Amino acid sequence: MNKILAVSGVVIREIYRRKDFYVLFFLTALITLAMASMNFFHDEQIVRFIKEICLALIWISGLVIAVTTAARQIPAERESRTIFPLLAKPIARWQVVVGKFAGCWFATGVALLIFYVFFALVSASREHELPFNGYFEAFWLHWQMLGIVIAMTLLGSVVFTAPSSNMTIIFIVTIGILMMGGFLHLMAERMAEPSASLLTIIYFAIPHLELFNMSELIIHSWPSAPWLDVLLVTVYGFLYTAFFLLAACLVFRRKALN
Amino acid sequence: MWRGRLILTLLFVGCFSLAAWLEPRHAQRLNHGESTDSVLGSLLGDGRKMVADYFYVEADVYFHSGYYPSIFDQARSQEEKDSDVSHPEEGKGGAQEEKGGFMGQPLDWIDRLSRQFKPSRHTHLGGESVRELLPWLKLSAELDPHRIQTYIVTAYWLRSSLGKSDEALDFIRGGLKNNPDSPDLLFALGQIFLEDHKDYFRARNVFLAAKDQWHKRDDSKPAKSDNPDVDTKDYLLLERILGGLVKTEESAGNLDQAMKYLRELKLIAADPGGVQKRIDELQVKINAGKTNQPAGR
Repeated sequence: MNKILAVSGVVIREIYRRKDFYVLFFLTALITLAMASMNFFHDEQIVRFIKEICLALIWISGLVIAVTTAARQIPAERESRTIFPLLAKPIARWQVVVGKFAGCWFATGVALLIFYVFFALVSASREHELPFNGYFEAFWLHWQMLGIVIAMTLLGSVVFTAPSSNMTIIFIVTIGILMMGGFLHLMAERMAEPSASLLTIIYFAIPHLELFNMSELIIHSWPSAPWLDVLLVTVYGFLYTAFFLLAACLVFRRKALN
Repeated sequence: MWRGRLILTLLFVGCFSLAAWLEPRHAQRLNHGESTDSVLGSLLGDGRKMVADYFYVEADVYFHSGYYPSIFDQARSQEEKDSDVSHPEEGKGGAQEEKGGFMGQPLDWIDRLSRQFKPSRHTHLGGESVRELLPWLKLSAELDPHRIQTYIVTAYWLRSSLGKSDEALDFIRGGLKNNPDSPDLLFALGQIFLEDHKDYFRARNVFLAAKDQWHKRDDSKPAKSDNPDVDTKDYLLLERILGGLVKTEESAGNLDQAMKYLRELKLIAADPGGVQKRIDELQVKINAGKTNQPAGR
């Protein structure tokens, strides 16, 4: 466990030395505040429009931070050949992968927390209320979703040769699932066999990342989701994260590094 | 060395001149000769109308607090509706609401679970909450200034739920700047003058202008058509314009003039019986006014 924590600590320090997060946070804050300053019929209480834009920017930023960070971890170690002194230490390959994952996930979590605090402040400044439960659930589920994406990206980074191709594939897959994942069964209903069965299998096999998105509830001020369902989705996310992480460990165990 | 610098300078001057020559032409091409004050409009170019439509739909999504069918749900509902046509005994009114609205029954556990994390109940924004629609409507109007419906809907919400009559007036005027001949916008402007400002003089003039524009626009159109693509006369709008004129003249005390518009209204009204009732009532009022006048006048 100490070895995993040591690797993850290095990853976290490295991520916070890079400028990605600061630039994305600055852009999110700038665009949100610019939108908030727009005048719509002299009404100062319009808030849902601003919440929607801010949340969309947070989702984009979170995804960019998670994918770009995770995709570079193992290829960068291999390229700079620091992987050899690292593996020369008494540390197993799976511990390196899990350490990298933990570092990326925690660092992304801290970045996400800052984004959500900013979102809560902007929203509270207009609404004069702070639905803490709803915002915490939104942050929590978003973080779990990014855990799956980071594990998927780490798997991609040991399968694909170049980080750029890995990042592109992960972005396409993630955005595709977020936008279409929940509708595959509806599409399958209207298709002929064997396409319908194939699409249904894909529907049940893919990680349903859209389950972790409760932006609509937050934007339109609906009550927060039941905690039991949040727990269920968390377990669902944990299982997919574990699956991708295990697959990454298995591939990396047999991977030639030179 | 100096030759290289000269070529570089000439190339820069060439690029600059070409850009200065092309830019206004490009802007004109994008806006089809119209000037646009919107940065978003300039950026989107020909795609403006499409984005304007999207923003208009987004306002409707907000009106339903996010409970809105996706294109897949719409396709599914359409199929169900089609099957209702062929099996009318299976599709009774209100059945869709009971089965969980446009979403229908959950198809599997993922579908069931996902409904806990998105709006799954049909509601409408009410009262002052409708202010949340305004950004989308305003952006939609900026991107497509010729979409009349956007101005009408925005002005309606501004007046009816938010009491922002002056803002509605400015917005409708903005719409008229882009669509000076629109009878719909002139009618909406007349309504503001009549109902909010009680300015009967202006209301009358604007309603009359709306009536003139209606005749210019719709006189050449057929009254009815079986082809849904053919534009027919918008009698409902004419009814509302004439209704506005009747109300204006009644409020201003010109009962004879109001009677004239009521008779005109009766000719095109969907419910001539109802209009006749109003004519009779007004006639009683006119007669009562005449008897109450002092003798010798």
